[in-house]
Amino acid sequence: GMVSNWTKIPLPLFKKVVIVLIDALRDDFVFGSKGKQFMPYTTQVVEKGTSYSFIAEAKPPTVTMPRIKALMTGSIPGFIDVIVNLNSPALLDDNLIWQAKTAGKRIIFYGDDTWVKLFPKHFLEYDGTTSFFVSDFTEVDDNVTRHLDRVLKREDWDLLILHYLGLDHIGHMTGPNSPLVGPKLREMDNILKKIHISLLSKEEASLPNLLVVCGDHGMSETGSHGGSSAGEVHTPLLFISSAFEKRSGPLTHPELVQQTDLASTLAVGLGLPISRNSVGNLILPVVGGKTMREQLRFLHLNGFQLSRLLQENTPVYEKDPGYEHFKIAEKSHSNWIKLYLEGNNSEILLNLGKKVLKQYLEALKTLSSSLSRQVAQYDMYSMMVGTVIIMEVKNTSFCEKAKCTNIKVSAIFILFTPAFLLPALRLVSFYILITNDLNNSGIIVHCASSNVSTFSVRFTYMNIQVFICFHHGYIFFCLQNPVVSSSRWSEVDVLILAGTIGHVLSLGASSFIEEEHQTWYFLINTLCLVLCQELCRNNFLLKECDPQHSTTVKQNFDSIGETSECENIDILAAGDSKLGKATSSAEFIKGSDKWISLASPWIILICCRLLRSLNQTGVQWAHRPDFGHWLTSSDHKSELSFLAAVSLLMIFFLVQRRCSLVSKIAMALGLLGVYSYRAAIGNVIFPWQHDSKDISKGITEARFVYVFVLGIVFTGTKDLLKSQVISADSSVKSTGLWEVYSGLVLLAALLFRPHNLPVLVFCLLIQTMMKKYIWRTLKFDAAQITVTHCWFGQAFFYFQGNSNGIATVDVSAGFVGLESYVEIPAIFLTAFATYAGPLLWAFHLLCYLSSEVSRNSAAVGHGCFCYALMRSVPVAIYIVLVTGLRYHLFIWSVFSPKLLYEGVHVFITATICLLFTAMDQNHSHKVQD
Amino acid sequence: MKEAEIRKLLAANLLSVFSVVLSAVVPAFFWDGFTVLGTHLAWLCICSVCVSTLNIILHLVLKPNLSPKRSSFAHKISRFLKCCIYFFMSCILFHAIIVLYGAPLIESVTETFLFAVLLSAFTTLQCLCMLGPNIQAWIRVFSKNGAMSIWESSLQITTMCSILGAWFGAFPIPLDWDRPWQV
Repeated sequence: GMVSNWTKIPLPLFKKVVIVLIDALRDDFVFGSKGKQFMPYTTQVVEKGTSYSFIAEAKPPTVTMPRIKALMTGSIPGFIDVIVNLNSPALLDDNLIWQAKTAGKRIIFYGDDTWVKLFPKHFLEYDGTTSFFVSDFTEVDDNVTRHLDRVLKREDWDLLILHYLGLDHIGHMTGPNSPLVGPKLREMDNILKKIHISLLSKEEASLPNLLVVCGDHGMSETGSHGGSSAGEVHTPLLFISSAFEKRSGPLTHPELVQQTDLASTLAVGLGLPISRNSVGNLILPVVGGKTMREQLRFLHLNGFQLSRLLQENTPVYEKDPGYEHFKIAEKSHSNWIKLYLEGNNSEILLNLGKKVLKQYLEALKTLSSSLSRQVAQYDMYSMMVGTVIIMEVKNTSFCEKAKCTNIKVSAIFILFTPAFLLPALRLVSFYILITNDLNNSGIIVHCASSNVSTFSVRFTYMNIQVFICFHHGYIFFCLQNPVVSSSRWSEVDVLILAGTIGHVLSLGASSFIEEEHQTWYFLINTLCLVLCQELCRNNFLLKECDPQHSTTVKQNFDSIGETSECENIDILAAGDSKLGKATSSAEFIKGSDKWISLASPWIILICCRLLRSLNQTGVQWAHRPDFGHWLTSSDHKSELSFLAAVSLLMIFFLVQRRCSLVSKIAMALGLLGVYSYRAAIGNVIFPWQHDSKDISKGITEARFVYVFVLGIVFTGTKDLLKSQVISADSSVKSTGLWEVYSGLVLLAALLFRPHNLPVLVFCLLIQTMMKKYIWRTLKFDAAQITVTHCWFGQAFFYFQGNSNGIATVDVSAGFVGLESYVEIPAIFLTAFATYAGPLLWAFHLLCYLSSEVSRNSAAVGHGCFCYALMRSVPVAIYIVLVTGLRYHLFIWSVFSPKLLYEGVHVFITATICLLFTAMDQNHSHKVQD
Repeated sequence: MKEAEIRKLLAANLLSVFSVVLSAVVPAFFWDGFTVLGTHLAWLCICSVCVSTLNIILHLVLKPNLSPKRSSFAHKISRFLKCCIYFFMSCILFHAIIVLYGAPLIESVTETFLFAVLLSAFTTLQCLCMLGPNIQAWIRVFSKNGAMSIWESSLQITTMCSILGAWFGAFPIPLDWDRPWQV
């Protein structure tokens, strides 16, 4: 606590304070047309009652836990809090609740149990509600309201905090314009009315009561939050008390304040010291009813606390304009006090006081803005160490690959890599400890998030490095394999190289990160067109070289006009380097197959276009209407059900063809289970069911599916092990791999929202078409196939509706089939659902390459190397870029979430590489035998 | 002979560049409020018409392709009709590709189609003028070492560059320089 040179803390201004926090309450839900329509009582209080209304601006990340911290401590939490949002530890910083408890205030809390975790022993009485069952709209709020009547009658409390979650859940599931929002707002309005009337009736002569209504964050046009769009950061903030003057005159637009200002204001209102790390300003109108002397004193307390915080954080605080302003204001304040004590009580004194007031307000504003700027301090040293290690690992691996030396060197390298990495790792973890310590002790250092991610990235690099070393003998440098290096580069190679470089360079611009999905869509489209050109060339030019076929070609001319024209216009660079190669590998494909193979790039393009309009993502065009929102709106439930059923059916047909009979049956039952799970939680309906009356959590159905997922994966693993132990033919192995893959597909089908099931269908469809019609005809090498899979995996990450913002992570996937929040399964399921696209593509690559082992024995090892390279080069360069851009305006809103995404993705890549290596090991054993 | 060919080629290409520049500048004198960005639809129309007419005139004047045998009037007509059909088909194909690249299907369909027409005027029309509606010749010119004369290599390069230019033109789409900054 902070005590100014007036030793005694002023007396409280309010007797009882009720804070009603409505999760995801956006400003227009109260001040806009929705507020007028659905919250009549609140609107009346705002317009004519004794109240002050503001718009409080929340800082990103707009996620509940950091927002609660901001509201209660007045400080600005960083991105590290997003990660720990799932499992919040107790808050150790100085905060309002702690101050209130120390001052002997009795606090009661009902609502989101994040509060209970943050403030474990602070509440006299509490009832926490878990916020993770996003599909629950009513129970979460009834759980809070049921206590209300009783507690309002009681007299044994001073501070009542209510945190309502229903609105946030409605936003997540159906968006801000859904018909469910209105009734929920009306419910909230009735609750506010009840509390207000009860507070008024209890009021005694001594001290008035205060009702505070606020939101922790808003919601975007799609109903999610986490980012920094206007809808997400603007929340209403209402102070209602009989102490205020009745609002008169025309209604003005509410003034904009910071969310952190609430902590200081409430501290003053409750007569508590302002918490140490608060960067908030006192909201003056709330204490406007007091005398000038008192008002000046409150402002002085606030300014004193802020300047102390500045002194702790900057050595050159005396040169800070805020500090200078504060000193000037303090001086004129003391002059004013002198005049006041002399008994001078005229109009002049009042005007003078107003002037001092203005000076103070100016000083406070400058102080808190310079403090907010201070927030980002970086641990440059550990960041540099991390970057250097990453680059070093990368370079060594490059040199190794280029030289392609013997096994002895690689053996030494295996021993050497961990040896030089371990001390460095220890060093880094030491730095993380220090920064965390600093965090807790109160100085606002937020480099921890970047540290954690670089740390994880670094760790995984070590893994990848070791894995790569294992199958060192098979690896060739990506584009230097014999086939390509002997001839000129084909268009596909040029595109792959240019695309990779272009994508990596684009990571330096915030807009390109926000809209990264467009980069990937653009690249895969171009890739498809180049593949189409390659296919045309293979099919037509070869025929022309062959005199026997020239007559048939001529006959077909009119019908093929369009296709050959597309060849002409799609050529990106002249040259026919592949001609010789293709001639040698030419197969005589049957007529119909040839046409399908020519049409397949176009079908893939059409699929991608459809998926693109399924989920609008990114930032700039995220608000555009898309097919996904149309489907999820409650009016189109039957369409959604039909689509989900058709998709599940298609998934079955696409997956079953290579499974054993048992897995086929298990798959069918599992997919049925998926549908009944979605029906149970009320997303889809059965045709015979007309009223959706009983909505459950679908625990039984989901667990039923889990059993089949585990069963299928287990059968697949058994086959794999069998093929390893008894060196059976490779068909057993590829069946095993495919079964594991189909198990993962089933899991993804369970976790995906029903409107995203077409993504899964198209994913399987495109994979099948590529495998059957494109690779078979083109005879590409492993590197090209790997890069294609990698790109499609990335594109499918965005097709699912993901983006590089935190807001789009579908947390509800982590609670499928779970009664309550269990940390490890929830994290695993959420990660799987988020990265399902890249994961399924990588796994399919593994299936494909290991089924091609007979043709190219080094394919798996080569593919693994290319995959690791394709994933690690962008990450490594991105880390360097982020380090360089750490003072960028958007570092917290754009670059750090992307870094988190990349960090997690690298972990997943490492797992995939491990799998690849295991498969390759099997094979190498067999070769040695 | 070769010198003269090169001079002709240079003149033709310079004229093409000139026509594009003129299509952006000249209409502003006749039409108040004409700008390339403001009235982009009109500009797209004017530019494609300019380039198309220039190409056809050049083709008639310079006659780069040597067609020795005199053909009948009916044959010429059918050739012309075929050219028209090919041009229209290439517009449709370009339109389809642009939509596949993410252009909205229904909204601003005029913009998309005019862009397809412009792109066709730069690529397909030139090919049609130079090679006629002869698919085999097209395939020959656009395969490696297929260009027989400098006219054909010029055709190869300009077509390639037009398509590449359109491809690179998509790069600034994600930039948000048109909007106020937000924190």
